[in-house]
This record gives sequence, structure tokens and C-alpha cells, in this order.
Amino acid sequence: MSTVETTGERTVSSTERRPTRLAELFLLILALTGGILAFAMVGRSISGELPDGFWTTSGLLALVSLGAHVVLRLRAPWADQVILPAVVLLNGLGLAMILRLEQADMNGASASSQLMYTCLGAVVAMLIIWFLRDHRWIRRLTYTAMVVGLVLVVLPLVPGIGREINGARIWINIGFSVQPAEFAKIAFAIFFAGYLVANRDTLALAGKKILGLQLPRLRDLGPIIIVWAASLGVLVFERDLGTSLLFFGLFVAMLYLATARFSWIIIGLVLFAAGALVASSVFPHVAARMDVWLHPFDAELYNSGRSYQIVQGTFAMAAGGLFGTGWGEGDPYLVPFAFSDFIYASLGEELGLTGLLVVLLAYVLIVQRGLRTALAVRDGFGKLLAGGLAFVMALQVFTVIGGITRIIPLTGLTLPFMAQGGSSLLANWIVIALLLRVSDIARRPSALPVRGTVAPGGAMHDPIVVGGHERGSTPAAGTPAAGTPVRRSAADAPAGATPSSHPTEIVGRAPHDPDHRSGGEHL
Amino acid sequence: MSELTFTLLRLGYLVLLWVFVLTAIAVLRRDLAPRGAPRASRAERRREQEAPAVAAPAAAPSKPKRGAPTRLVVTAGPLSGTTLPLSSASILIGRAPGCTLVLDDDFSSSRHARIFPQGDQWFVEDLGSTNGTFMGDTKVSGPIPLAPGVGVQIGRSVVELQG
Repeated sequence: MSTVETTGERTVSSTERRPTRLAELFLLILALTGGILAFAMVGRSISGELPDGFWTTSGLLALVSLGAHVVLRLRAPWADQVILPAVVLLNGLGLAMILRLEQADMNGASASSQLMYTCLGAVVAMLIIWFLRDHRWIRRLTYTAMVVGLVLVVLPLVPGIGREINGARIWINIGFSVQPAEFAKIAFAIFFAGYLVANRDTLALAGKKILGLQLPRLRDLGPIIIVWAASLGVLVFERDLGTSLLFFGLFVAMLYLATARFSWIIIGLVLFAAGALVASSVFPHVAARMDVWLHPFDAELYNSGRSYQIVQGTFAMAAGGLFGTGWGEGDPYLVPFAFSDFIYASLGEELGLTGLLVVLLAYVLIVQRGLRTALAVRDGFGKLLAGGLAFVMALQVFTVIGGITRIIPLTGLTLPFMAQGGSSLLANWIVIALLLRVSDIARRPSALPVRGTVAPGGAMHDPIVVGGHERGSTPAAGTPAAGTPVRRSAADAPAGATPSSHPTEIVGRAPHDPDHRSGGEHL
Repeated sequence: MSELTFTLLRLGYLVLLWVFVLTAIAVLRRDLAPRGAPRASRAERRREQEAPAVAAPAAAPSKPKRGAPTRLVVTAGPLSGTTLPLSSASILIGRAPGCTLVLDDDFSSSRHARIFPQGDQWFVEDLGSTNGTFMGDTKVSGPIPLAPGVGVQIGRSVVELQG
């Protein structure tokens, strides 16, 4: 009897032994300090006192961050602890820079609207975490997501609501400006995950091998050709290389994740390069962008204003040097769109290379946690979704920062969490909510044994359960496909497994030992 | 505010940012430790505390006759060194999570082989595995007796009974 009580206690203690998320809280406080200190330093160097709305901004930022922390504790206690603080840091730095540009009377910079969308984004993300208990539920939206994604991509082309800003037609105006591509990337990630998890076998296995590369069959190329055509359509009609690259890159990366076939990456790169080359030779606006990218310091291009922005951005980063001028001491407002497209250059000027590396590392942390989640989660849909979302975040950061530092042509994409813009903030907070949800599921302890370990009941101190072989012959519910790494947090394993095994063996073992032998005989 | 204070503040701010990043990386280092290692050790400790109460009565009755094997040892392969105490129940070996010994071995089948006692003897039986089960050079097909100290090859792993 006493053993039964012990196992009862153990079960209770296992539910209480949730992660305390102290690491997240500590990192969150550091990140908030970084943001709020930045607000104060901006005010100090521009007006000598705390900036207008300092307490509101700091208070609201702290409120939503700590609120998010509490929601995670309640609803996703196993979720990754680094993602949220990294996002809060980036968001805070972006807010501080926008506040700083607003203080310098830069036209268009609005810290209050950015603050509002930060709060909205965080609240929406927390609602998703609160109500979406299992990411697998989203899988039933696979084809809805495809339709939504395609509609969102086409919307800017619809006359009347589509808006062309700075040559790129990727905005719509419905009372306020929305950049639908930001939301389309989430819809496409969901669609690709659902589509690929159902079709990965055909894409991975059929086809012949040429030069060591396993090439897919021609008819299996259908979807990739459609997505390629769609993304080229975006490039040509919406005149935005970034959005086009984002969708196509997302698809190729997820194809690779799903099939582990390197040939997809080569096919993808070749297709995109060929498409971009043709587009740049046929369409003048694409060629003009290439020109600005390759020869920004050309006097004619600079004087006509076409390469003015990128050149000024380069000068701003050069002015920042290694340690930056300090908050509020540089002149980032000289660069057009310093608060949105070129916020990275603005931060480079005031925080220097040292600060920019922190920003980059914060993105790397988020992406790494996302990919780690994809490795750890057990279901194929979750793997593809987390991997795809993490990759799209990485690709977007690469496209923006690559554009500013002239590695690739400049695009109209926004730097997640930093650039001013409601759509971008809201969409990226939704991405974070989905990543946190998947990582909670991935790290949640499960009763299934880890590959490469001894099953509960077979471990050193847990004597083998009577009839364990019979139980072993029926796979446990939710058994993953062969080859899927199974993970659980080992701490909770005995608690999950022992309540069923211990009472049986303790109560039944000693007196019925002969029965065990006869039990073995019917084998 | 003097120039010096400002410079200190400016550099101090960058230090703060780096403290954040380095702390975050320190948190991640738990991930780089061997899979589940810190948690497993905690679990092990807890198990050990309860072990006297739980394991002692269980171990006593399974005291075997002299010369009979008491444990199954993995002598080669990824799980080399793993030991399972033998009881009177059969042991299912494979990659499936439901097995008694879950191998992390790509050359073994999900339910690969079974080792079970009958009478005073232990037997090994192949469960229709893809790559087969071998005792020395001979392939195990039906149930055959397994003597202590004789290695059984399952995928890349070798298990044997020990006294």
C-alpha cells in the first residue's frame, strides 16, 4: 500500500515540476533594461531630459513583455526560454531608434504607432498561445492557407486598394497601409508544411540519379514550377525582389527539409538565378535596381537620387565605426527611411559594429531556437512548420541586412521587430507565437522512451514489468514513424512510466514468482 | 554631463547588450550538453534516493540459481555498456519505443529480436528483422538456446547474457 502512496506523490510532484522559466525572466529583465535605458539615453542627449512619453513607452513595453512571460508560464511552460527575451530586445531597440528619429523631427517616424503595434502584436501572439493548444490543429488549414496566401500576394495588384510606394507595389490601403506579403509568408509556411508532409515521399524517393544528384521526376516538379512562376510574377509585377526571394526561398528550404535532397536546392538556385537574370534583361526597373546595387557610387546614379539612400546608409554605418556615436549623437535622420527600411544603418551609426553584432546575434538566437525546435518536435508537420518559419525569419533578415550592406540588391522587406510598420510587427509576433507553441510541444515530456535508451521497465533500478513484452508488441499511441528521433525530457520519464509499472511489480512480484516463470512458458 | 561620463555610459550600454547575448548563449549551452544529460542525472539521483525502498524487495526474489545469467549487457554498438537486469520476463530489442531495449541503431529493425527464458534456459529469437540476428556466424531463425557470454549481433549492436 505504501508504494501506491509513493507513486501517487510522485505523480503530483511531476506536474508541479514544470520549468520555472527563471532564465527567461532574467533575460527579459536584461532586454527590458536595454530598451528602457536606450529611451532614457535618447532623451538625455537630444533634450537633456527624459523624452516625451518615456514612462508610457517603458511601462507598456515592460507590461506586454512580462505579460507574455506570465502567459507562457501558464500555457506553454516548456516553450523555449530565449526566444521571447531576444524578441523583446530587438523590439525595444527598434522602438528606441524610432523614438530617437521622432525626437529629431524626422518626417514619418512615429514611436507611438510603433508602440501601439508592438502591444497589439504581443497581445495577438499571447492569444494564439492561449487558445492554440496544439500546433497540429493548424494542419487542417493547409489548403485554406494556400488560398489566403495567394490572395494576399495578389491583393497589391488589385486596382483601387493596391498602392505603389517607392517603386514597389507591395502595399494595400484599406483605411491604413498593410503589407500583405508579411502575412502571406505565414500562410505559405503553413501550406508548404501541410502539403510537403503529405507528399514528401513522392518528392524524395521517385526519380533517377545523375552525377550523384538524385533528380526528381518531371511531373513532381509541378509545385516548384508553380511557386517559381508565382514568385517571378511578384518580382515582375510588384517589382519587389525581396518578397519574391522570400517566398521562393521558403519553398525551396522547406522542400529540402522535407526530402533531405540536395538536388532541390541546386534546382531552386538555378531557377531563381535564371529567372532573375532574364527579368533584369527584359524589365527595365529590375535592371535599374541591379545598376544601383552594382554601382552605387556612380556620380550620375547618386546625383539623380537613385542610389542616394544606399550610399547615405553606407556613410551612416561608416560614421558609427566600431563603437558608434552613442544614442542620439549621430545623424541617422539624413538617410531616407531611416526609421523603417534603413533602421539597421541607423543603429549602425549610433551603436557601431559592436551593437550591430548584438542585433545580428539576437536574430541568430531566434532562428537557432526555431531550428532546434524543428529538430526536437516529433510530428512531421511541426518540424516543417517550425523549420520553415525559422528559415523565413533568417532569410528576411539576410535580405534586409544584405540589401543595406550591398551584398544583394536592396529590397522593400522590413527588418523583423525593428523596422517601423504595423504589418511587419504583427506578422512577426504571430511567427514567434507559432514557434513558441511548437517548442512547447517539442520539449514537453512524454512517456515515450528516447531513442537509444532503455525503456521504462527495462532500466537498472526499475525491474522489468510482468508482461512487458506483450505491452511492447503493441506500439504506444502516437508512435512516430520509424527514423523520427524521439525526445522527451528524461526527468519526467520515471514519473510518467512508474505509476503503471511499480504497483504491478511490487505487489505482484514476490509472492507470485513461480507464476512469472509459467507466464514465460506460454511463449 | 561630462564627455567622460557620456563615453562610459555609451560603452556601458554596449556591454549591457553583450551581457544579454552571452547570458542567452549560456542558457543555450544546456542544449549542447549530451542529450538530456543534466536532467537525466537529476532523475537518476531521485531514483537512487528511492531505490533502496523500491529496488531492494524487487531484487531479493529474483536471486537466481547459481550459474544462471543475471543481466543482459550490450557489448558493442551505440549503446555499448548498457546493462539490463534479467527477470523472468522476455526482453524485446529493437528501435520501436515500445521495446524493452530501445536501440539507437539504424541497422536494426523496429522490433528486431526477443530474448526470453524458458525452463532454466534463455532463448533468442529473430522477429523477422530486415538485417537478421546472428550468433557468431550463424543466422538465428527459430528460437535457439542462448548461453551466457555468447554475443548476439543485432544490427551494429552486440548483446550478451552475463552471470
